[in-house]
Amino acid sequence: MAAVDIPAKHDMAHGDDHDHDHEHHQSFIRKYIFSEDHKTIARQYLFSGIFWAFLGGALSLIFRLQLGFPKMDMTFLKPILGKWIQEGKLDPEFYLALVTMHGTIMVFFVLTAGLSGTFSNFLIPLQIGARDMASGFLNMLSYWFFFLSSVIMLTSLFIETGPAAGGWTVYPPLSALPQALNGSGMGMTMWLVAMAFFIVSSLLGSINYITTVINLRTRGMSFSRLPLTIWAFFLTAVIGVLSFPVLFSAALLLIFDRSFGTSFYLSEIYIGGEALHYVGGSPLLYQHLFWFLGHPEVYIVLLPALGITSEIIATNSRKPIFGYRAMIGSMMAITVLSFVVWAHHMFVSGLNPFLGSIFMFLTLIIAVPSAVKAFNYITTLWRGNIVFTTGMLFSIGLVSVFISGGLTGIALGNSAIDIQLHDTYFVVAHFHLVMGSASFFGLMAGVYHWFPKMFGRMMDDKLGAIHFWGTFIGVYLVFFPMHYMGIAGFPRRYYSFTGFEVWKELYLDLTGFITIAAGFTALFQVLFLYNFIHSIFRGRRAPQNPWRSNTLEWTAPINPGHGNWVGEIPSVYRWPYDYSKPGAKEDFIPQHIPLWETPESNLSHEIEPGAVGSGGEKVAMDRQGDIEAPTIVNNKEEKGRIDVADSDKKE
Amino acid sequence: MSAPTVVTTTPSEMTDRKTSIWDGGNEPLKASYGKLMMWFFLLSDAFTFSALLITYGLIRFSHPAYNPKIHGPFAFSQEYWPIPERVFDAVPFLHGYHLPLVFVGIMTFVLIMSSVTMVLAVEAGHRNDRNDVEKWMLWTLLGGITFLGCQAWEWTHFIHGTEEGAMVRSMVNGNWVENQIFGASLIINQYGPPAFADLFFFITGFHGTHVLSGVVLNGLIFYNTAVGVYERRGHYEMVEKVGLYWHFVDLVWVFVFTFFYLV
Repeated sequence: MAAVDIPAKHDMAHGDDHDHDHEHHQSFIRKYIFSEDHKTIARQYLFSGIFWAFLGGALSLIFRLQLGFPKMDMTFLKPILGKWIQEGKLDPEFYLALVTMHGTIMVFFVLTAGLSGTFSNFLIPLQIGARDMASGFLNMLSYWFFFLSSVIMLTSLFIETGPAAGGWTVYPPLSALPQALNGSGMGMTMWLVAMAFFIVSSLLGSINYITTVINLRTRGMSFSRLPLTIWAFFLTAVIGVLSFPVLFSAALLLIFDRSFGTSFYLSEIYIGGEALHYVGGSPLLYQHLFWFLGHPEVYIVLLPALGITSEIIATNSRKPIFGYRAMIGSMMAITVLSFVVWAHHMFVSGLNPFLGSIFMFLTLIIAVPSAVKAFNYITTLWRGNIVFTTGMLFSIGLVSVFISGGLTGIALGNSAIDIQLHDTYFVVAHFHLVMGSASFFGLMAGVYHWFPKMFGRMMDDKLGAIHFWGTFIGVYLVFFPMHYMGIAGFPRRYYSFTGFEVWKELYLDLTGFITIAAGFTALFQVLFLYNFIHSIFRGRRAPQNPWRSNTLEWTAPINPGHGNWVGEIPSVYRWPYDYSKPGAKEDFIPQHIPLWETPESNLSHEIEPGAVGSGGEKVAMDRQGDIEAPTIVNNKEEKGRIDVADSDKKE
Repeated sequence: MSAPTVVTTTPSEMTDRKTSIWDGGNEPLKASYGKLMMWFFLLSDAFTFSALLITYGLIRFSHPAYNPKIHGPFAFSQEYWPIPERVFDAVPFLHGYHLPLVFVGIMTFVLIMSSVTMVLAVEAGHRNDRNDVEKWMLWTLLGGITFLGCQAWEWTHFIHGTEEGAMVRSMVNGNWVENQIFGASLIINQYGPPAFADLFFFITGFHGTHVLSGVVLNGLIFYNTAVGVYERRGHYEMVEKVGLYWHFVDLVWVFVFTFFYLV
């Protein structure tokens, strides 16, 4: 009964000639638009993600102008923003829409879909040795639901009352009552509809990722040999499957409150002296449901970036990742803990202080696995033969912002301190570093590292390095000063501070500085865009294994077709981190190299039953005899048995 | 490095001495990808329903419960959460009788029986017995449609309300106004606080939507069986997958039934 009922998969395994036919028969639309190939879908996610990242970034630049230079004449933006600029000033309600849409776009469309969608899709089949995702059709559907969601969200930017403006968390009653705010009208409806489609897309994707990792690993690819990228994507998908449905419920209930007159989140409300009919609901309920997704969402965004970093740091330090099992353990711990800390976003909501201290306790526990991860990155780097590829630079950058942002998380996790700092720029600084920038750095690291596999060409290293340094310095210049503003009490989401006597002059120069730094950082992203597009067409052709990496994707053809490997899928014989193994000829041994071909570097527990004949053929051995095989290998003796022909098999 | 180095090994040869079903190259949970996907979907759907039922619990317990010492004899009132037995006591053709939870009991029985027939359809699929699969799928379909029909009647009755209706006091422009209302909608509710009706419509409606899509899926399966698609394929796994969904929908109903009608 466990038979796989997709004939296409079996056909692809038959060999190259059939594969070839398959490729030719596909129309342009099936190959590039409604494609079921995980690599094409990954590229679609990547392009969409980059589009959204630039849009989301542009929105932030507009509201930064208002914050940094409140007296500025913004008439020059009138051609783009139209009536949102009145007498040279940014409309205050549109300012709220800008921050809302910036948050929504960055969290969901860039760092969830753009990051997880791109790299889970691209790397899961290639790194576990599968022809494609478990269900190519659902995978395609997942992208097109995301696309539909994107279209709706994008359209909402252009409607007359403007897009949603109640903050990315869209708390009712603000978001539930069209009378409350222009953005709570049509824009909010579109926001909710777009999010509903987004959740469907995310679920289809996650279910596919989990199933693929469980069922389609190639021979030998046990869970303890999975690259940490795959572990991260796997756990991210688990979080997504369990948390997004709760947001789905929350969004549906909000849709009913808004459009059909129910009062799930609304109780007695007067607007302009007029009583509304709502009775008996609870706006706090929404906050609980929202943050039950909202907090795991932070890890949906962050874990893939951490996984990508693990892989890139190990590869480019030419060292095994430090604490492979500790990395897996801490990711699992983070996965579990992410579901039991949500109320730390609600310390000021009137939460019972005792409950607050429980959530505080659970929150602070997350510091342990996070610190384990940071420690392991640093110890992997420690005394490594570091190769500073652009991907590596961004990975190291991730470790840096993850630590500096994580430290303030420990402060904010304390309810006593959080009540003081809640909704100030301190929080903005914290999550932009630990979640926003860290995940963005992970995304960039992944793009630079796997670009050769995605497009068969290399990105320019020099431009990459400039991009990295500009972004790295820029990010600190933008977000570090916000800590001071937060401690001084500047609330987030405020249109203008000049109306308050205390803040009139205080830090005005600092906000201006942040705005300039943000513009400076944005310029470097344009450089990235140039490098990215130019390299797709004109980049240096990629070699088979440009980073001398161990994982399976580098054994596939440089431009893999649908089905990934020509001929049989390679089997896996070792974990993915055999870098600089003592005794080995090279400083890396890919996962598909059998242990019996590398007796010179095998450790005592790695003795393989069976020896090697010439040409890589395995000599039949009596397995009973193997069990008594000596546990210590005489290196010299073993080396002599390696055929010369074998050496060219390894890179 | 475009070709794998060794192509002549078999799983037992290449793994270490301790071989495990989790070593790759097979299906460790002994389930096809389609079945796994269905399981994970159901897991996530369980979270959707959990969120809704938690919402129900939270809103319900933020309203006062009926207490005869304070409220006197039971009557529908906006002041407290109604007793479900008093709300759902009607049965078609037996107008005027107080038959608490009889009709919903029948509905529940029908749905659970349709799960039983689904089990029999899956079992027939294991035997590759096309006629039996057809027969039991048809019974399952009938059960699902009957349930939906009953729900439609239940909703209609709930919406129309009782003959007496209820008097509701509300504040209109600063004055207390009394008016008589009949039945329930998403805004008014003769049986108790409006939230009771909101939750009833939303949660049973959401569940009903699931049943409806289950009926559609069952219909597709029945059609495919009838035209011999699965016979040609050689196995009836699709029946199993949709069966999983159908059992899940039944299981959710048991929870909805417990929350709305029993406690």
